[in-house]
Amino acid sequence: MVDEVIAMLDDDSSLNLGIGIPTLVAERIPSRKNIWIHSENGVLGVSGRPTEESVSPTLINAGKETISVKPGASYFDSSTSFGMIRGGHIDVCVLGGMQVDAEGSLANWMIPGKKVTGMGGAMDLVHGAKMIIVMLTHFSKKGDVKLLHRCTLPLTGKKVVHKIVTDLGVFTPMGDKFRIDKLADGVTRGQLGLAEEWIL
Amino acid sequence: MKSKVYENAAAALFDLQDDISLMSGGFGLCGVPENSIKEIRRQGIKGIHAISNNIGNSGRGLAWLLKERQISAATCSYVGGNPDLEEQMLAGEIDVTLVPQGTFSERIRAAGVGVRGFYTPAGYGTLVAEGKEERHFDVPCIFELPLSADFAIIKAEKGDSFGNLWFKETARNFSPLMAMAGKVTVVEVEELVELGDIQPENVHVAGVFVQRIYQGKDYENAIEIPKFAEK
Repeated sequence: MVDEVIAMLDDDSSLNLGIGIPTLVAERIPSRKNIWIHSENGVLGVSGRPTEESVSPTLINAGKETISVKPGASYFDSSTSFGMIRGGHIDVCVLGGMQVDAEGSLANWMIPGKKVTGMGGAMDLVHGAKMIIVMLTHFSKKGDVKLLHRCTLPLTGKKVVHKIVTDLGVFTPMGDKFRIDKLADGVTRGQLGLAEEWIL
Repeated sequence: MKSKVYENAAAALFDLQDDISLMSGGFGLCGVPENSIKEIRRQGIKGIHAISNNIGNSGRGLAWLLKERQISAATCSYVGGNPDLEEQMLAGEIDVTLVPQGTFSERIRAAGVGVRGFYTPAGYGTLVAEGKEERHFDVPCIFELPLSADFAIIKAEKGDSFGNLWFKETARNFSPLMAMAGKVTVVEVEELVELGDIQPENVHVAGVFVQRIYQGKDYENAIEIPKFAEK
């Protein structure tokens, strides 16, 4: 999954990574690609993890994890940070998800009656970046497929997703159907848990 | 010049009352006004409407007030990692309004800079849009109103007697916006410096937005999720 996302990133591009699975991308990006990682709590130029000597309680990412920054990094307030996103200045945004559908709608902030984490920055993040990638496991722990014709959970954004990367493949939401861009090694259409009429 | 400098948190927060709205800076546990929050806990103010991104985290920050049942309403963007808030929310003891984080910061900024509202695509087509005016520009948007508060409590790394502030690393987050939006903004600093010590071009918040300032003490500056490079 991580390699598929990294392959979509142009050299020197800017990238926002959501909390959860997308943070795995940060740890695997080759430095030669010179990606500028943005974290919405107010930093551009996130680098690797700090050492125990260099760690700072005032230097964290949006997942509240300690980070370091690279030369050329900058800090700013939350309004400027979301201005970068909403204003279209960030190239790619990678978010996790509970459900994503053929229309490109995403649900990732609440399960009515069961769990509410809040949307955090996700509802803003899905508007503005030039490419919105949702990265998620294809099936839930209970075995339910997370790619649906239409989401059943409350939405984070409507018709906002450009690419979907799961452990089984890469998909593009086309409106009424998913296009299969790529299947992981050894995976067949029949294993996707998608009705044939939802696949282009 | 009438001094804005107060001796400590108790002196600076002399006029709080029950049922106030209260903005508090900080993202998770980063940049949290610890001294002011502890003073509010000591005073036992009740019925607070707290406006803060997380309303505390991992039992700290504003969670100190949650534990004492001093907060009756909360406006925030994220409740994950805050078991005190989640428990009171599920029990119906606290009225929580969730706002998308970018909208949250922009509503606070709007209040501080005199903008009466704005249209944003964030939240369009979701529960957040319910009951709000929609308007189609290049994309569909919803109308959002400013968000102000009776008091804003924030923490800065350095500040001077006029209230000019400088923040360290990502501790800035919502604090400059809240400083503008609070009717009374009370700042605590790691280091109270002389006028002129913060170079004009390095001032993150101009003193005109700040009403009171004091030297803080005994900071915990806790790290919520420590992660280190592999050796």
